[in-house]
Amino acid sequence: MVGIVGYGSYLPRYRIKAEEIAHQWGMDPETIKRGLLLKEKTVPAPDEDTVTIAVEASRNALKRAGIDPGEIGAVYVGSESHPYAVKPSGTIVAEALGITPEVHIADYEFACKAGTEAMWVGYSIVKAGEVKYALSVGADTSQGAPGDALEYSASAGGSAFIFGGEGVVAEVVETYSYTTDTPDFWRREGAFYPRHGGRFTGEPAYFKHILGAGRGIMQKAGLKPADFAYAVFHMPNGKFPLTVGKRLGFLREQLDPGWIVPLMGNTYSGSSPTGLSATFDVSKPGELILLVSFGSGAGSDAFVFRMTERINEVREKAVKVKELLEYSPIYLNYGLYAKFRGKIIMNS
Amino acid sequence: MPVPRYKREIPQRYRLEASKCKSCGKVLFPPRLVCPKCGSREFEGVRLSDGGKIVTFTVIRVAPEQFADQTPYVVAVVELGDGVRITAQVVDCRPEEVEIGKPVRLVFRKIQEEGKTGILCYGYKCVLSSLG
Amino acid sequence: MRDVAIIGCGMTKFGELWDKSIRDIFVEASLKAIADAGVDHIDSMWVGNMTAGLFVGQEHIGALMADYLGVAPIPTVRVESACASGGMALRAGFIEVASGMSDIVLVGGVEKMWDGADVTYALSTASDQEYEVYHGVTFPGLYAMIARAHMHRYGTTREQLAQVAVKNHKNGALNPNAQFQREIKVEAVLNSTMVADPLTLLDCSPVTDGAAAAILCPLAAAKRYADVPVRILASAAATDSLALHQRGDITSLRAVKVSAENAFKQANLGPERIDLAEVHDCFTIAEICVIEELGFVEKGKGGEFTEKGYTALDGKIPINPSGGLKAKGHPVGATGVAQVVEVVEQLRGQAGKRQVKGAKVGLTQNMGGSGASSVVHILGVV
Repeated sequence: MVGIVGYGSYLPRYRIKAEEIAHQWGMDPETIKRGLLLKEKTVPAPDEDTVTIAVEASRNALKRAGIDPGEIGAVYVGSESHPYAVKPSGTIVAEALGITPEVHIADYEFACKAGTEAMWVGYSIVKAGEVKYALSVGADTSQGAPGDALEYSASAGGSAFIFGGEGVVAEVVETYSYTTDTPDFWRREGAFYPRHGGRFTGEPAYFKHILGAGRGIMQKAGLKPADFAYAVFHMPNGKFPLTVGKRLGFLREQLDPGWIVPLMGNTYSGSSPTGLSATFDVSKPGELILLVSFGSGAGSDAFVFRMTERINEVREKAVKVKELLEYSPIYLNYGLYAKFRGKIIMNS
Repeated sequence: MPVPRYKREIPQRYRLEASKCKSCGKVLFPPRLVCPKCGSREFEGVRLSDGGKIVTFTVIRVAPEQFADQTPYVVAVVELGDGVRITAQVVDCRPEEVEIGKPVRLVFRKIQEEGKTGILCYGYKCVLSSLG
Repeated sequence: MRDVAIIGCGMTKFGELWDKSIRDIFVEASLKAIADAGVDHIDSMWVGNMTAGLFVGQEHIGALMADYLGVAPIPTVRVESACASGGMALRAGFIEVASGMSDIVLVGGVEKMWDGADVTYALSTASDQEYEVYHGVTFPGLYAMIARAHMHRYGTTREQLAQVAVKNHKNGALNPNAQFQREIKVEAVLNSTMVADPLTLLDCSPVTDGAAAAILCPLAAAKRYADVPVRILASAAATDSLALHQRGDITSLRAVKVSAENAFKQANLGPERIDLAEVHDCFTIAEICVIEELGFVEKGKGGEFTEKGYTALDGKIPINPSGGLKAKGHPVGATGVAQVVEVVEQLRGQAGKRQVKGAKVGLTQNMGGSGASSVVHILGVV
């Protein structure tokens, strides 16, 4: 049996409310909140980036896995906001965790699905017998251009999953990937903010690929929505995952534990992985969980997990996503937010 | 931050690697070649614990250029579980939340940047203990 | 060992000397000292300087100063021990004359801080670069952490800290060479800009350009040059860990204590015999900690002692009659020598309005970093 032996998440303590952003641009906050189903979002501290988030999330995953970091043979970090354009994030993460030097390391990038890509590959090489354990992380400190709709959602956070063959908490039952070349959202080399195709990001991009991957994996595994305890879909806003869940035949209560976007925002590569982590936090042995990510460009990775008895042993060994979301947030005004996110032109 | 200097301190900055004197048991951070307590030169490697308490602190409001965009920031002397003291920033808090004696936990953060195009320098900082 | 005397000294005005270079001010102070001593040559020179490399981009200060003073080819070395560089240079000169190696030695101290460098960073290099500076520590920050620990442990108040600044400004107002020749009130200290809590701008010594110099010779020959030769009764230095966090007790300055104990032993006298002291008040809390370590007051009582006026010009033990680093100014590498200039003037009875009456024995204490080095000299009139 190959699956997840430890999982963990990390979210920054700083937040900004949708109202605060709306007021800055003369928008009606209620329209935004109702339209996108977003209340607030996490904001990384000035000293946080994809690497530091990945390290903290991985430390939580290690607490649950209870393994020697030196036994991890692969470290994969998925993000669209790697702090370096050239130089891996994974080496820093692995060094901080004490995993180097006998380890295979790679960074992944595929917009919002870089995290599940890292999981896909981590799982596969453990299953192939190449390494004993693989650490896969999805983390981001995503940027939305000032005034753009993305500014209400683009947030920071991440989750880490350690794959292995012993002490499995969530067995991987099935995988499936559905990908086409669809330019719905992009950021060119050297550009600070991403651009997107507006409504083109919906039906031809998000919905087409998640529906394709969701239907595909259920067919491949011979499962139907009612077989699952929970399902997690990528959360670019509050509305999309609820809509796509309904269209696939899932009930609202199956989505609820992982639908954390109203308070977290869209953590991009960390979005559906953190929804999965939050779902693990409330799951019981034997339950099936569906995960479908989405990355612009575009594609979706899908996983079916079956929880084992061990979830009850490891759940309390690290902080839960709900605790991270609710722990004493520090709210920023737009000025501080702009300063934290490097949106103010400074003298160099 | 010149790259060779940065790279050399990584075991301490990332993983809190210290050394313990085989003769008198004193834990040294960073490791040294000579024990300042007993003069011994025999050590074993140990990792410092990631929890401690604030011995004293300040809020830096006038900083060197390298840290100017971080002001105001809290710097503290922290005593870790093993009795070792370090200097580190206390982050993710309002300065008025910080007090002598308060428990803290070490986290992994970016400490400084070498301009807009140079290397990023990471290491330990503290947050006030609350969540695991 | 030969007994050693100071036979002449001089200093520039301290302050923002925009029109003068580091060479100009060193030569100016040295020429004053040479004229004061009335010597026709010098055999050797020691230059106290913390970091001309960072402040003005100039290393190799010793040879440069010998050249511009017109004394080359005499041997000259720059002495560095952070803000204790000046005091350590004097100690080097003292040892050279005492040993018999040279007869007439010039000890100078110089720092040019107002030349556009990142002063906060340059000063911070006197602390542990890898384990303090790396994390964003500054010197006001280090002393602020000492202050907070002292307040927490002994109940020292911000008002008591402010009293140090008030007293030193009062003295500085009487010193024509001081950077600040004006009095201030406690409220002004408390309400000035916070630099590193709990220290405000007026708890901190200023950024200063300045130089000072003294001429040393064997005591036996001193009468030839000076009416009132000032004898160096003791010269002692000590060290401690560079990083503040490495010290067992944050409120104690072990290097100051050890250097003072050794100096009192050498001079064969105790703190009660000292008529005045120039001490290293780079921050108000530093003066409080230092007077405790020097034995003028019991540990923890320095704030109260100051508040009661015991350290004022007319108090039990006048501390920093010159105005100290706080009001006279703190050109870091020059400070240790400038302290000696003040004590020599006091012992000669030439200190004008700030003269401590009947002063026979004076002490200087000069400190580097957050207390990692300290040098104490005891001077007396023969």
